[in-house]
Amino acid sequence: MTTFDPDARRKRIVRSRNLVMALLLAAFAVLVFAISIAKMS
Amino acid sequence: MKQAVPRPLPPAGEENGAPRLRGELPLPAHWRDFFALTKPRVMSLVIFTGLCGLLAAPAAIHPVLGFTAILCIAGAAGGAAALNQWWEADLDAGMKRTAGRPLPAGRMDRTSARDFGVGISAGSVLLMGLAIGWLAAAILAVSIVYYAVIYTIWLKPRTPQNIVIGGGAGAFPPLIGWVAATGHITWMPVILFAIIFFWTPPHFWALALFVQSDYAKVGIPMMPVVAGEASTRRQILFYAALLLPLSALPWFIGGAGAVYGVAALALSTLFLLLSLRVGLRRRAAEGDTMKPEKQLFAYSVIYLFALFAGLVADHWLVVQGITA
Repeated sequence: MTTFDPDARRKRIVRSRNLVMALLLAAFAVLVFAISIAKMS
Repeated sequence: MKQAVPRPLPPAGEENGAPRLRGELPLPAHWRDFFALTKPRVMSLVIFTGLCGLLAAPAAIHPVLGFTAILCIAGAAGGAAALNQWWEADLDAGMKRTAGRPLPAGRMDRTSARDFGVGISAGSVLLMGLAIGWLAAAILAVSIVYYAVIYTIWLKPRTPQNIVIGGGAGAFPPLIGWVAATGHITWMPVILFAIIFFWTPPHFWALALFVQSDYAKVGIPMMPVVAGEASTRRQILFYAALLLPLSALPWFIGGAGAVYGVAALALSTLFLLLSLRVGLRRRAAEGDTMKPEKQLFAYSVIYLFALFAGLVADHWLVVQGITA
């Protein structure tokens, strides 16, 4: 039987949200760079 | 007719069913719930028609800028969908089809959904304006307001014509894609807008016919609930008949070639035949499986994908010099 640990679950959710946010921000930075290059060409 | 007006927003963190233990802070929403809030399946159709508008336009766009335009269209559609679910959380909780969404299921608080919707909508418009052009950004902003305010808040709870007028919200993507590529509006993107506009009622009413008890339960005045099945079936037939010449119009005015024209006529004829099966039934009997209605609904999705794919294929053949 599994026990419900709210703290562990909260940490897991927050960690996955942070990871997704970091990836999105990195992708956005790359996109802005690519748009700048595209606009110049 | 009972008016479907959502209850006032509860303070953040006090939403019904928010997952929490006594004395504990509520659990934050998972990123997957934010993603679900954007209605990814609806978004796929929006992205596809937007991309087709972009690719069928008679002007080349840099691939990075094209990708950005589609990303903005997707972001705006996702933001508008989030705002729609923020407003309709109470109604969604009362319908079997939507009760599992993040808000009615209690996996997310309303404030987060609203902020997420406003954030990605505003970000998409801003990015579209800065990277692509302000005409495309303005149309994108209008499409968000059209869906989130005019359709969701104003029309949907008030009139059975909600789908007819609200269909405009889903019709914007090819227009935006076209304007992103060319920088201006011509008759062709307006016709593409009209095709989706007149496709929406038969598509949605086919669905409404087999889930009408859900809509009746929460007081949404969908056509089958208010005007009855017979009237809805007649109107499905009317719009399907209208779609036949309208879908071929790009060919008649010279905006698309024969490949598209033949595909449009074939696809629309089948759409009309399936609509005839639905339109000529007077009323489904108790316990009816509603097979013709389900088939029409499923085909309507394939129809739109195939029609726009035909438009892009035709444009590609013309550009390659394979057809005139």
